[in-house]
Amino acid sequence: MTLQLSAVKVAHGAITAIDDLSFTINEGELVTIIGSNGAGKTTLLRAISGLLPVAHGSMSWQGKSIVGKRPEDLVRKGIVHVSEGKAVIPELTVSENLQLGGIWRKDRADVAAATKMALDLFPRLSERMSQGADTLSGGERQMLAISRAIVARPQLLLLDEPSLGLAPLVIDQIFAAIDSLRRNLGITVVLVEQNALSALRIADRGIIINLGKLVASGPSADLMNDPALRSAYLGY
Amino acid sequence: MKHKSPLQRLALSFVLGALLLFASGHIDELRAYQGAQAAIFAIAIASIVLLTGYSGQISLGHGALMAIGGYASVIAQLHWHLPYPLAFIVGTAIGALAGFILGITAARLRGPYLAGTTLALAVGLPSLANQFKILGGEQGITVDVGTAPTWIGKEFSQYRWFFWVAVTVALAVFWLLRNLLSTRYGRRWRAVRSNPTAAALSGIDVGRAKVLAFTLSSAVAGLAGSLFAMLLGLVAPLVFTLTLSFTLVTGAVLAGVSNLGGSIVGAVVLVAIPELSGSIASRLGGSEKVTSNLPGVITGVLLILTVLFAPNGPKLPHRKR
Amino acid sequence: MAIFFNTILIGLSSGAIYSLMSLALVLVWRSTRVVNFAVAGQAILSTYLGYEAMNRLHNYWLSLPVAVIAGALISALVEALVMRPLAKRTKGTPVEAIAPVIATLGVLGLIRSLAGMIWGNTFLQYTSPLSSKGFTIGHTTIPFSPQNAAIVIGSVVVLTIFAAIFKFTRLGLSLRAASFQPEISRLSGVRVDRVRTIGWAFAGAAGAVAGALVTPTMFLSPNSLDLLLVTGFVAAVIGGLESLIGAVVGGLVLGLGFAFILQYIGSSIIFSAAFLILIAVLLIRPQGFFGARSSREA
Repeated sequence: MTLQLSAVKVAHGAITAIDDLSFTINEGELVTIIGSNGAGKTTLLRAISGLLPVAHGSMSWQGKSIVGKRPEDLVRKGIVHVSEGKAVIPELTVSENLQLGGIWRKDRADVAAATKMALDLFPRLSERMSQGADTLSGGERQMLAISRAIVARPQLLLLDEPSLGLAPLVIDQIFAAIDSLRRNLGITVVLVEQNALSALRIADRGIIINLGKLVASGPSADLMNDPALRSAYLGY
Repeated sequence: MKHKSPLQRLALSFVLGALLLFASGHIDELRAYQGAQAAIFAIAIASIVLLTGYSGQISLGHGALMAIGGYASVIAQLHWHLPYPLAFIVGTAIGALAGFILGITAARLRGPYLAGTTLALAVGLPSLANQFKILGGEQGITVDVGTAPTWIGKEFSQYRWFFWVAVTVALAVFWLLRNLLSTRYGRRWRAVRSNPTAAALSGIDVGRAKVLAFTLSSAVAGLAGSLFAMLLGLVAPLVFTLTLSFTLVTGAVLAGVSNLGGSIVGAVVLVAIPELSGSIASRLGGSEKVTSNLPGVITGVLLILTVLFAPNGPKLPHRKR
Repeated sequence: MAIFFNTILIGLSSGAIYSLMSLALVLVWRSTRVVNFAVAGQAILSTYLGYEAMNRLHNYWLSLPVAVIAGALISALVEALVMRPLAKRTKGTPVEAIAPVIATLGVLGLIRSLAGMIWGNTFLQYTSPLSSKGFTIGHTTIPFSPQNAAIVIGSVVVLTIFAAIFKFTRLGLSLRAASFQPEISRLSGVRVDRVRTIGWAFAGAAGAVAGALVTPTMFLSPNSLDLLLVTGFVAAVIGGLESLIGAVVGGLVLGLGFAFILQYIGSSIIFSAAFLILIAVLLIRPQGFFGARSSREA
């Protein structure tokens, strides 16, 4: 089960946001996509999950094309995208947000099991089940968003900048949770991050994008040790 | 039309007016009446184009605003014995006043709330006539502006005279509006319509612009209402119904909501629909209920199709934002 | 004292109808952020169909489900055939906010005229086995009839069903999520387009119930529910377009308010009163009494 992109081009109005991008992600890998602001990382995830149309190129998951499919249909194929900005619905309660993750699923017993697993991973949430999601802190919201994704039993998890706006301690917690999640469940994770160092530490591989084009890719250890990349993207 | 000077436009209006005057001598009474109707609708639709197409505020109650102008002008004629040109001015002024008050309220409302409020106005206002005796109650007040002045001479029929009055006023209104809309006021309104926040940030007093648009629009609607009263010889609640308000909005949409010239097209279509549907209905061998409702069906379908396929009117949308 | 009590009864009955119409408007607003002015047209058409069912089946109670199903179908069709393509076409253009209003007006006019073409503009009678004459208690007749009782009970039933669906079912959760955050809902697997159509169908059903219940107390004609459109809208604004509970409360408040105005002041200023109440609410508390934040902006 792989995610394969080939010569993908995504337009944003008149601008080409993603240009001739190709890569492959294998089952069970945690790949992080890094790059500076405006590099096209979020656009890339939105194209994969079906929120944005693809102008050119092909994308496939498990051997089947995912171009032109709607997000709600791709969810049923196991592609779950946690969008940026703490993607919870503030008007609903924590419990309802979690239910939303499994709302389309037929196996209610499994939904309950997945929910329990998510709450074991993020115990803070179980204390707040009946509270409105708007009362949660930034970190808790991110936990809720990821939990909701877990309830959907993803096979390919797309995470868009989960560390954005969070305190370092919380970031560590969340990254640790992501790491343990994918090890225990064996899911494939695509992690878009600006916090490149923390992301590379838990990732198998990294892909660096700049202005919509592929700049470098390789095992995370190599990327972390490359001096040119380090100064350009990792800040040291 | 955009880059002519006011003087050029004035000359154009005179030519147009002369042509129409000449033509009016050669058409029958019915067409003269319909022509007057079309001219009046064109004025009313222009008022909506000004309000909605330019300043972005929607009104479902322009029928009520016409009523205000119509009633005011009739009362001015009957109770103050004003000659009807002055009475028209009264109708316009009272319409402006009403628009000012409404505009102050409306300036803070957006979208559906404004629509609903004007809808309530359209439904509520005509029934006010039943409240006050001076407004003539259910049957309304009849008025007769008389025939053409004697210096025109010959057998200038009443409807032909109405046609000519309506067309003259329409030409004057369009000339004024066209010029106004190409000044900075027009630009301000369009800025307010497309992006009020950006407009405010660039120094435009959004509230004032909106109120001004509403006042002006209601003034023009009031004028249309005064003319309408002249044509029908009557003001009454059943003249200014909710259907009239909807019809005007329909005309504005058909016109291309931001297209002043299109108002004429819209008006002609509105007058033509009952005509056409009459002939369609007789071909269908329709009963009374078919004939009386076919215009409504056609209008409704036309409105839906227009807004689906040409929301910016007959001209293709040249600006996609 | 008796007059006061009677006025309350009248107010409850009309308030119940306003609540249903208001609910129909709020349901559509919540699911698609459009005010469906055509709800009066949809309601009248479903009432006519109920009337036809009544004439053929000779059973009022059987005609009600016919009206409700018709209302749901008509509303769903309007959403799928007109509103959804319209939203796609006008997305990002200057007319995006105005176009749906115009479209629903077009639908309203079309349906009314269509109804007139089929059934004529004359007044018809949609008969109900329940009398529209007030109950007699002792020597006095109160202005509350069996039909009024049916109106109140029917409204309560409908409102309870909707409240239950919204709060306790997965469908209700989808509806709420899709109306608050369509994108996040899509990413959670909610078929937002389908859910929106269902929201409209529910609204159509509510309007149909209102029409079928209130019409036996008056007459049936293509324009007979027009006033209800205005009062339903005012009621929805009072409650704040965002809240279903607000819709109900708004309807009751308006119903009672009108009843009292009618009783103690007079019938002729009712329409003006509606307008003034609307303006007052929009000026004083634009988000309605149950709305949060400044949701006055479309």
